[in-house]
Amino acid sequence: MISLEHISQSIHEALSASLNPTLVLLIEMAIAGILVISLFAVLGLVLVFMERKVSAYMQIRLGPNRVGYKGFAQTAADTLKLLIKEGLTPDGADKFLFNLAPLLVIVVAMLIMAPIAFTKGFQLWDINIGVLYVSAVSSVGVIGILMAGWASNNKYSLLGAMRSGAQIVSYELSAGLSVLTIVILVGSLSINDIIASQQNGWWIFKGHIPVLISFVIFVIAVTAETNRAPFDLAEAESELTAGFHTEYSGMRFALFFLAEYVNIFIVCAIGATLFFGGWMPFHIGSWEEFNHVMDFIPGIVWFFGKIFSLIFLIMWFRWTFPRLRVDQLLNLEWKYLLPIAMFNLLLTTVMAITGFYIK
Amino acid sequence: MGAASLILLIICGLAFAGGALLLSNAITPGSKNSQKGEPYECGVETRGQSWIQFNVGYYLFALIFLIFDVELVFLYPWAVVVKSVGVVALVEIVIFLFILFLGFLYAHKKGALKWQ
Repeated sequence: MISLEHISQSIHEALSASLNPTLVLLIEMAIAGILVISLFAVLGLVLVFMERKVSAYMQIRLGPNRVGYKGFAQTAADTLKLLIKEGLTPDGADKFLFNLAPLLVIVVAMLIMAPIAFTKGFQLWDINIGVLYVSAVSSVGVIGILMAGWASNNKYSLLGAMRSGAQIVSYELSAGLSVLTIVILVGSLSINDIIASQQNGWWIFKGHIPVLISFVIFVIAVTAETNRAPFDLAEAESELTAGFHTEYSGMRFALFFLAEYVNIFIVCAIGATLFFGGWMPFHIGSWEEFNHVMDFIPGIVWFFGKIFSLIFLIMWFRWTFPRLRVDQLLNLEWKYLLPIAMFNLLLTTVMAITGFYIK
Repeated sequence: MGAASLILLIICGLAFAGGALLLSNAITPGSKNSQKGEPYECGVETRGQSWIQFNVGYYLFALIFLIFDVELVFLYPWAVVVKSVGVVALVEIVIFLFILFLGFLYAHKKGALKWQ
């Protein structure tokens, strides 16, 4: 069976046979770079289109359906439009920070890609503290948002950035605590170990109620962390125009927009890895026949299927729940999610020590 | 690929974003207009300064966040070893979280968690 692991290995071997190691590394880096950049571009196009179509069907509309087949080329056309729009910089803005912010947000979104395992043996960096790395790097993104809001010299931007910052740092806590429950059960921070531990079933099925609770907390927290509705107060159109990117136009706005969608993809990838086994096919215990049938579907298909199901869930939230007020938002985190997550952590610890879970 | 992938990803990010910005700058027609540089406030002219004072509540939440974030940093290494250490780890973390929770209750009682 041809898999991405075999392809990457055979490329590596073919290169190593004739070239010296430094050159091999450089060529491989170039290939990986092209892959990552094209993944970024494709994700932007697909997710924006998906968002618009999902929104449309939830509201019994048709959504974009003029450009290309069923509107598939709509986002490409929009990108082209944004590319030829003039990017304005307000006179009073801090020009350096104003221009740095979109770059920072994109670079951070790209850096989180490093430890994500797309399929078996297909990962940029098999780092042994993968989960910690992801939560550390993703928290840098909020600096980009604060930078953008402050540097714009606009009241809406400043308020939007402050709200966004308060929201992201608050929900980071409960996201971190819910991630820890899986770390406790696995006993490792490495993404590959976490996936390997789900060989006989995903954690969402093996971990009883504590893992279910932490999954729910995780989904709520990442919805808030990515500034999605119902937690989109940072860019509440009716009160703050567009929040921290009010002053951004043209390509710089497009970069913020892209980073937002890529971040949704990344948090869903992390959620899929922790709770749904990443690229691991759906296995039931040691039922060999069933597991073998499931293995015929390639890991990458499983992984993207899980991610897009989670993304669909997050898009669904947007059309189900009304937007929260800022006090309700902070109440939800500090008075409900955080204590529940802490208690759940203790419960998971007891479960891990007593061995009361499916190993 | 190892740690080299970090350099790669930073370069990729800068190339992607920078390339898009440069391309856009190169092909967009621009025009000069004094109103283009004004802060966007839906058509109304800005009054006073744009870098305004904002609610002190954000600051309070940032402080409480800091405590809990440090707690989370302590929990990461603990979570890795808890299965092998066993009951001792559980007792220790219960004490740790209990002290933190007392602080949390104090903050709650003082009204620091109330948005005003």
